[in-house]
Amino acid sequence: MASNKKYWKSVEELKENSSIVETLKQNEFVEEIPTDDFLGDKETLEASSTTRRDFLKYVGFTTAAASLAACEGPVIKSIPYVVAPDEIVPGVANYYASSIGDGFDFANVLVKTREGRPIKIERNDLARNNEVNARVQASVLSLYDKNRLMAPRVGEEEVNWEDFDAGVVATLSQMTGKDVVLLTQTFASPTTSKLIQEFITQFPHVRHVIYDTVSSSEAADAYQAKYGSRGLADYDFSKADVIVSVGADFLGDWQGGGYSPDYIENRVPKNGKMSRHIQFEANMTLSGANADKRVPVKPSDQKKIVMALTGGSMSGLPEGVAEAVRAAKAELDRAGNKGVIVTGLPDVAAQAAVLNYNESSGSMAMDTDKPRLTSMGNTAEVTAVMNGVVSGSIKGLITVGVDPVYSFPHPSFADAYKNLELSLAFAMKEDATASLAKMVAATPHYLESWGDIQTKKGNFGLTQPAIRPLFNTKQFQECLLKWSGNDKPYYDYLRENWETNILAGASWNKAVQDGVFESDVELEVLETTPALNTLESSTSEGALSANSQEGGMELILYTKTSMGDGQQANNPWLQEMPDPITRAAWDNYVTMSASDAEAMGIENFNVANGALNGSYVNVSMGDVTVENVPVIIQPGQAKGSIGLALGYGKTAAIQSEMQTGVNAFPLYNNFKAVQNVSVAKANGIHEFACVQLQNTMMGRDIIRETTLEIFNTKDATEWNAMPMVSKDHMEIPVTSPDADLWDSFDRSVGHHFNLSIDLNACTGCGACVIACNAENNVPVVGKTEIRKSRSMHWLRIDRYYSSQESFAVDLDKKENISGLGSSLSEFGELEQASENPQVAFQPVMCQHCNHAPCETVCPVAATSHGRQGQNHMAYNRCVGTRYCANNCPYKVRRFNWFLYAENDEFDYHMNNDLGRMVLNPDVVVRSRGVMEKCSMCIQMTQKTILDAKRDGRPIKDGEFKTACSSACNTGAIVFGDVNDHDSEVYKKKHDDRMYHLLEAVGTKPNVMYQTQVRNTKEA
Amino acid sequence: MIKVKFRNLPTQLSLLLLALLLTFSTTTYAQEDMAAATTETAPAAGEGDAAAGKTLFNANCAACHKLYKKGVGPALFGVGDKYDKEWLYKWIRNSQDFIKSGDPQAIAVFEANNQSVMTAFPALSDTDIDNIIAYTYTPKPEPTVAVTGATGGGGGEGNGPTNNIILAALALIFLLLVVMLVLVNKTLRRIAEANGVEYEVSEKRPPIWKAFVQNQFLVFVTSIFLLLASGYFAYGWMMQVGVDQGYAPVQPIHYSHKIHAGDNLIDCNYCHSSARKSKHSGIPSLNVCMNCHKMISEYNGEEDVEKGYTKEFYTNEIKKLYDAVGWDENTQSYTGEEKPVKWVRIHNLPDFAYFNHSQHVTVAGIACQTCHGPVEEMEIMSQFSPLTMGWCITCHRETNVDLKGNEYYKKIHEELSKKYGVDQLTIAQMGGLECGKCHY
Repeated sequence: MASNKKYWKSVEELKENSSIVETLKQNEFVEEIPTDDFLGDKETLEASSTTRRDFLKYVGFTTAAASLAACEGPVIKSIPYVVAPDEIVPGVANYYASSIGDGFDFANVLVKTREGRPIKIERNDLARNNEVNARVQASVLSLYDKNRLMAPRVGEEEVNWEDFDAGVVATLSQMTGKDVVLLTQTFASPTTSKLIQEFITQFPHVRHVIYDTVSSSEAADAYQAKYGSRGLADYDFSKADVIVSVGADFLGDWQGGGYSPDYIENRVPKNGKMSRHIQFEANMTLSGANADKRVPVKPSDQKKIVMALTGGSMSGLPEGVAEAVRAAKAELDRAGNKGVIVTGLPDVAAQAAVLNYNESSGSMAMDTDKPRLTSMGNTAEVTAVMNGVVSGSIKGLITVGVDPVYSFPHPSFADAYKNLELSLAFAMKEDATASLAKMVAATPHYLESWGDIQTKKGNFGLTQPAIRPLFNTKQFQECLLKWSGNDKPYYDYLRENWETNILAGASWNKAVQDGVFESDVELEVLETTPALNTLESSTSEGALSANSQEGGMELILYTKTSMGDGQQANNPWLQEMPDPITRAAWDNYVTMSASDAEAMGIENFNVANGALNGSYVNVSMGDVTVENVPVIIQPGQAKGSIGLALGYGKTAAIQSEMQTGVNAFPLYNNFKAVQNVSVAKANGIHEFACVQLQNTMMGRDIIRETTLEIFNTKDATEWNAMPMVSKDHMEIPVTSPDADLWDSFDRSVGHHFNLSIDLNACTGCGACVIACNAENNVPVVGKTEIRKSRSMHWLRIDRYYSSQESFAVDLDKKENISGLGSSLSEFGELEQASENPQVAFQPVMCQHCNHAPCETVCPVAATSHGRQGQNHMAYNRCVGTRYCANNCPYKVRRFNWFLYAENDEFDYHMNNDLGRMVLNPDVVVRSRGVMEKCSMCIQMTQKTILDAKRDGRPIKDGEFKTACSSACNTGAIVFGDVNDHDSEVYKKKHDDRMYHLLEAVGTKPNVMYQTQVRNTKEA
Repeated sequence: MIKVKFRNLPTQLSLLLLALLLTFSTTTYAQEDMAAATTETAPAAGEGDAAAGKTLFNANCAACHKLYKKGVGPALFGVGDKYDKEWLYKWIRNSQDFIKSGDPQAIAVFEANNQSVMTAFPALSDTDIDNIIAYTYTPKPEPTVAVTGATGGGGGEGNGPTNNIILAALALIFLLLVVMLVLVNKTLRRIAEANGVEYEVSEKRPPIWKAFVQNQFLVFVTSIFLLLASGYFAYGWMMQVGVDQGYAPVQPIHYSHKIHAGDNLIDCNYCHSSARKSKHSGIPSLNVCMNCHKMISEYNGEEDVEKGYTKEFYTNEIKKLYDAVGWDENTQSYTGEEKPVKWVRIHNLPDFAYFNHSQHVTVAGIACQTCHGPVEEMEIMSQFSPLTMGWCITCHRETNVDLKGNEYYKKIHEELSKKYGVDQLTIAQMGGLECGKCHY
């Protein structure tokens, strides 16, 4: 019977004599299998004497041979030093104090080296006001960039340094009388200044111009006009009770950044008090996200706000805003000398107004006696150089640490540069300028150099090499010495200068060891400061006047926390670091408000696998158009304004994977960050690598928030309530033993590690993310993998927007949902971020639950709990079922979908010998098919314990550290032993603000959070 | 019965060999005796006591001087002939003062030796110095090694294989006996058949293998047994894959731990100094070797001629060290030409296992031999322990932690011993079996 059944394969069979059915009968495969492609062509196949049987024999034999050979262990060679340096003990890390000063980032750091290789950058705790941001943390990887220049070159040929130096001196001597410009970054280095001065005495036709890729010229101009010398007023926000910022992202890169440690000091409620921070800004920045009150306003209105706050009239301000300004003014007035205004507007008048206001109110937060010296460039001078090269009046250009061909906003600069008589570039890489330059001097990384910095008057730092130069490179200073006819090595020169001018009798060796030195010594101002009349050109109102053209928008050019001015664009850690606000990596983009986007028909949407896609726009200004810039709809973006990050779109000496984003420098007209542009939608859809899909908390208490008022007046149970569960129809707290499925282990003996994260102190800067990458050999997976949610970061910083005006209102809205209709509509609404949302950050790593859901589901017991509280992960035991990741409520487990090391498909630092030098030898590089996650830096805690055992002493509080806790600039992350009742983390654990993430789940994590408190009370 | 003729052959052969052996051995001893005799009867020039001088020399001078060769200082053989005795007294007691006093010969000597300052020995008496000078006349021993090697070679080799030859002979005899038995049996049968004598002929039974195959139960049991056995052996074999116990690779320089740690009692930590403070015990850098080998340029200890470990062999290995480190023996200086040595690593832990030497050496105070075996007896270094996880765990389960005098352990020990109700804690009880302690 069954044999009579006819099985239909397709509808085609119904037709008689269907050609398709006939063909299918004849051919097994519809399409011809391209056998020739993998077997070679037919002729070779037939010519071959190997029969099928022989072939199978060979296969069998080779397989057997290979598997037998696999049983034999490989022979591993070990090569010890011939003459071992005294300070190197294999297996023990050495730390060297040093300083970075790359023209954009300045910081005092500790360099951790293993067997002579720098592997990590840490904070130097001896330094005051020191912020080691994500870029500085990542700078160690830029040392091992395989695209670095390996030798100097003249024309197309590599030369040796003797010939190179001789060539430069000869050229310079020939060019006497012609205009030669030495265009450098801000070195903020007293010794380099002296050297340049000596060099210029030797070659008087050379003039020195400082060019900051990202300019703070207007602020410096205003300071210079008021106080005589050039510099930037410094601020100590710990001394302010009311901070009003108008367009100044001081938690980001405003005036060199580094303000967060002081700012946070007064942001954690102490004795019921904390400072109040009001932010007027257009882009959503870190500062705006951390502010108590944020008002989105376009830059053209911001100037009016500055004027109104500093005593001018309120007229011309949009309604709503005027009210906020009035309130801010009132608060400032009440705070008196405890108030401070800062502004980031590229406008001398606004900057001057702020300086005058702070001066006259006697603001304790502003320090004008000891200005910052990290951004000394002057726009007028730089513009003159740019135009001089283009017009041909400048015959020679020596660039140091800057890349004008990439970053000058002049379309014909590159052509003019090629025709210069002398074009000499000091560069670490064959960047846009170096690739066109006739002479290129390969410079070492700062970890291979000697040097000094003076970030702020009186705050000195020393740079010492932590590794011998990897390539045939020579420092700029070394070259200058040579050219000036001084045969001294730069080290001697530096030391001599310090001993005579700076140290004032203090020990040089001590200064090198500390890396920092504070002194009130008055240094002779050697730099030629631009005379005040050259400042005129930068006072034009231009960009700050309202944009009246059709489709006009105000563009704010900013720098991303990860990329800065783009010097480290070839650094995969930084490329893969998600932006703290947008959470998108591997890109720059236009940020636009939702209403503007709607008006222009621009959309953002998530595709099936969750990845974010978005439309493109063309941004034009005059004749300059930057095409195909992707748009991210940014909650909180001021209407009528867009943001775009600088530092992207580099192509020279950048490997193809990292040639991301668009170059926004052509829009950096006049070196001002605010421009009037017109925006038009372009065709196409852009694929973003955005790691966060859910942007709101939907009224849940993932991040607990309260206001200072409630915090001060009400009991902790009200604003930090313990979740209750029902047992026998009685409500009991979830932490009660009755609500527990498991018997708890006794953890009272020995160490029990806990990690506390203070959400008040976390600014979202992401330094911990990079520190974690460096410490734990976290692989870089690339943009396409990130789009598939396969990011490997052990530590992520979640960012949440409120759906209403604040998180508290979200919560109310959720609580009031009743009935099907309301829940269908209102939950949907709760998913949408507000136009001007509250923003909160939350670093999330493995919570090391005492009752870990991951441990119970592992079929091979690869993850288990240690007595010290850490949730262990034995990679060699893991078989990759991924049950643990599915059972983890915090989604912190990361699966190695591929082999990320030594794999050409992932051509990042782990795929070349040079890049692999950054790996931490104490942590395994995980292979394909295993799960990994935060280990709470068990290698660090174990080392601390071992050191104490070896010395035979108990461990003091503060000795236990994790990579994230030691990288945190604001002290938000505190790590320690809760069995030590004098420890800080013990106090944190018993703080009223303490809560656990998803406490209701009952996982009993060893990571805790401190409720965020906002000072929302309008004065 | 032809074969009977050879019956005596093995005995004769072995006797012959024995005789040969004895002759050669005696010659060997005779040679050595002669060499020894020459050394002892060497005339002690001068009036000092050479034996006492040797002790003094080794205690005071040997750090910088050798008899026949330049060390840090010049060679001292026959130094009494070169200089006046009084001059030598002054020089030895305080050469610097002597030079300052303006003695032209003293200045010349100082200049000739790169102005290296000789330690002053004011405590040495005239007699002491006389004794030392007497010792310096000890003539250079003849290079006996080469001679012994050449002549003794045959005899030496004869010693080992003799046993084998005897064994082979015995086997041969046994074989002959079997053959003879079969032949005798056959002959007897033939005679019996010829004489018509009847003898019992065993009944034709099916061959045993056939019977076995027919018995299904037996086949079943056997195959199960075979399967189990092969499973057992396969498992055993699999488990030793990657376990390199006994791994003793050939190293680029034949470094004998036996000579250094055994004969000369050098502490392990002297060369493997980082074992005390680091996770790695460290392969010593060559400059550590040179601390001693600047002076010790030739091997003078015991030999094992049989294995080829002669003085020459060892001295040659020291030359390899000099070559690698770039040490020129003639000028006693470094040439700067370094050739790093590529040692073959013996103890290889997989990357995912973390092991820290200092934890075991310094904190626990475990002797190196516990894991590395009798290194001081190893001519060629080999891996003593299996280095498997089971091996680690067993030790961690069984070993008590020595907590005395370590402030770190004080509190933990008190609390833990209360908890477990024991006085001594094993490493396992301290948490030494947790995965994350070794795998991260």
